[in-house]
Amino acid sequence: MNLTRKEEKMLSGERGQGTQTAMELLVAIGDAFDAEKMIPINRAHAASSGQEGDLYFVELLAKGGAKCLVPTSTNPVYDIEFFHRMFEIPSDEAEVARRVMEAYKKVGAILSWSCLPYLTENIPLFGETVAFSESSATPYVNSVIGAATNREAAQSALAAGVVGKTPRYGLHIRENRKGTVLIRVEAALRGSFDYTLLGQFVGEQIGYGIPVLTGITKRPNTEELINFCAMSNTSGAVSMFYIPGFTVEAQTVQEAFQGDVPEDEITVTDADLKRTWEGMQTASGKIDFVMLGCPHYTLKQMAEAARLLMGKKIHGGVSFWICTSATTKALAVRMGYVDTIEKAGGSVVVDTCIDEPCWTVYRDKVGMTDSPKCAYYRRFKDVVVAGLENCVEAAVKGKYE
Amino acid sequence: MKGDEARLKCHKIVGGCGEGEALVSHEPICFYLTDPKTGIVREKTHELAGKNLANKVLVFPSGKASSVVQIDGLFKLKSRNLAPIAMIVKDVETVLIVSAVLAKVPLVDRLEEDPFEAIHTGDRVRVDAEKGLVTVRKNIS
Repeated sequence: MNLTRKEEKMLSGERGQGTQTAMELLVAIGDAFDAEKMIPINRAHAASSGQEGDLYFVELLAKGGAKCLVPTSTNPVYDIEFFHRMFEIPSDEAEVARRVMEAYKKVGAILSWSCLPYLTENIPLFGETVAFSESSATPYVNSVIGAATNREAAQSALAAGVVGKTPRYGLHIRENRKGTVLIRVEAALRGSFDYTLLGQFVGEQIGYGIPVLTGITKRPNTEELINFCAMSNTSGAVSMFYIPGFTVEAQTVQEAFQGDVPEDEITVTDADLKRTWEGMQTASGKIDFVMLGCPHYTLKQMAEAARLLMGKKIHGGVSFWICTSATTKALAVRMGYVDTIEKAGGSVVVDTCIDEPCWTVYRDKVGMTDSPKCAYYRRFKDVVVAGLENCVEAAVKGKYE
Repeated sequence: MKGDEARLKCHKIVGGCGEGEALVSHEPICFYLTDPKTGIVREKTHELAGKNLANKVLVFPSGKASSVVQIDGLFKLKSRNLAPIAMIVKDVETVLIVSAVLAKVPLVDRLEEDPFEAIHTGDRVRVDAEKGLVTVRKNIS
């Protein structure tokens, strides 16, 4: 890679050890992909996680005096104080989380602790170059917003935030943003959970690639797009997709494939989505907890949960959790949603995620969720996956039938 | 036996040098799905299920799964000296590079021959990422 004099100085350590470490990582990535040069970024999102690997790198940067040069937001970890009051958290795990959060603060990151920074705390603009890790964030930013990012790791995104640049490779090059597989959607999509199933199915089918979806006639809303992004980039590696007419970058199917023919064509029917749904269930009957908000619930989803829980009482044997960002919760409190959810016996928790060690109390329990990611990571014994309405109904009854 | 030794050019991604017994996987690998206390692959449906990748020269097509779990998985193995001694891959992606940089495991790609033809489980393999050279000694037993 050709480096400018300023970049060479960063690499040789003249701008401090932290910046040097960040630069070394970016140069290794750039060289691996034969990138010619580095390009400036407007912002970054580091998928911080509060785990050992995460801690190692962010502390290395923090101790080396690195500071983010562009707005760099952070993913959920967990509020140790909040959870300590309720659950037993292994002290070594809590210590890792505490140090991670401290180090991100030290490098000057935006302490959003949110997996949807692109809606509120750190919003890319059309045409920007960014470095956004996190499964829903990468495809959302590329496809829905029309900024360009690679499928970053937490550390490469943080390094890019510190250096203010990223190597020019992958999705920063127009030809690589070409659609690869045509997806004919024949299934009727009746709401956000159907987009979850569609994402799961498409990711499973294509693995790595850029799908171009046709047959969707009604404009998908924000939550539907978030669900599609989160799932297709978990069951597969989908960093970008097109729904010509609704996503920003290509207006026609031909344009999405840049005039080329698709490598493959796949049809999605109602039966495919039904089979996908059935395939993710590992339990039925009595449930111990309901976990919603993976990805974090939006204000609209908080409103919907509150509407469904209005005047109801959650079964005594069921714990009911909704994960969201601090920003969204503040508004949901103001609008009365949190009060309604709490009166029904539920809790709204911020800064955390279902894949954090704070939930070990449920390890041997049966849970229910509207997010297949929850089932995928296997933090819990068994999981029922269904839409929000079904989750609320089961929470009230204490079982899913 | 010099006659059985193949010297193959490769492309350095993460520098360093490592020598050991080869372990070949035709399926992508997620390091989070190995036992961090032993290095044994615990993903039941994986072709390496039950095999130990600690201190092996691991040959595989690519990494898989989310960035968070992949990096944490390899990092945990390395902190107990149970990571592969070196890695040879076909398709490289950002997350695998970051994992290897953080865990300081030599990583190479673009072997001049198909790695799955050139290397078999049990072969003695030396990866010199700095020189861009992989040396394979066939297991003749």
